[in-house]
Amino acid sequence: MAHAIFFYVFSTIAIVSAIMVTASKNTVHSVFFLILDFISVSCLFIMIGAEFLGMIMLIVYVGAVAVLFLFVVMMLNVAQQKNQWFLSSQSSRHIPIGLIIGTIIFFELIIVIGGWKYKPELFKKTNSTSSFEGISNTHSLGQILYTDYIHIFQISGMILLVAMIGAIVLTFRQREGVKKQSYIKQISRERSEGVEALEVQSNKGVKIDD
Amino acid sequence: MIDIGLGHYLTLGAIIFSIGIIGIFLNRKNIIVILMSIELILLAVNINLVAFSIYLGDLAGQVFTLFILTVAAAEAAIGLAIIVVYFRNSGTIRVEEIDKLKG
Repeated sequence: MAHAIFFYVFSTIAIVSAIMVTASKNTVHSVFFLILDFISVSCLFIMIGAEFLGMIMLIVYVGAVAVLFLFVVMMLNVAQQKNQWFLSSQSSRHIPIGLIIGTIIFFELIIVIGGWKYKPELFKKTNSTSSFEGISNTHSLGQILYTDYIHIFQISGMILLVAMIGAIVLTFRQREGVKKQSYIKQISRERSEGVEALEVQSNKGVKIDD
Repeated sequence: MIDIGLGHYLTLGAIIFSIGIIGIFLNRKNIIVILMSIELILLAVNINLVAFSIYLGDLAGQVFTLFILTVAAAEAAIGLAIIVVYFRNSGTIRVEEIDKLKG
């Protein structure tokens, strides 16, 4: 009973905020609704027993991805652009075909799920729970993640490295006229080019930089 | 209705997936919202994988959800970097005004 109530509450919040992500006028509001969506889905994950993934979802999506979105939206200053779904004639062409394709995909997915209902032997559980006997979900995930899936794990690390390098390379730009410290120049400087001994004659002084 | 099963979670995943698809088509604002719709689609896939993993008792689904999280984070970072560079070069990221490829 409690499971059902919590499921309906969180899934309603998730669906409504997913609609608001695509429909809200302000892009910043879209990002906030995306955060709400991630939080409610991670609550669902924790509720059905995948607590490690729920927490990782909070950390990665809410803590990193959504904040990155928010950062870019505010940096590009596009938040106040008005939504023009129905104003321009060029864009209203896309609305019916988008709705049609979306509903077709939805009904296809529903048909697939309904097909599962009529073949109940596919629903048979192989093990008893989502985790091994006597240990937590996090512990059992770690036990198979670092043994059976170690190569995929390392490849995903490589993907993150490539993404990091790619993002830096894409957004890096060399600016003109900015004074920068050059460590190479500082370290390789020698006494002979920095100091000069001069013979100063009386009543004449020394001219520097001539 | 009271007994929550695998079908409920799959239906939730299907609804969020469809909202993501419709969001990509109906979007007239800027590309960032399209990226957010893609994140919604990945979220729906994650819901499906976790629900199957829990109800069929196989941990592989949760491991794959972890990898999908990794790829989604990388995709968001690269996509936003491309958007920032495009905005710097052309001054707009409105969907209607991006027509360099004449698509």
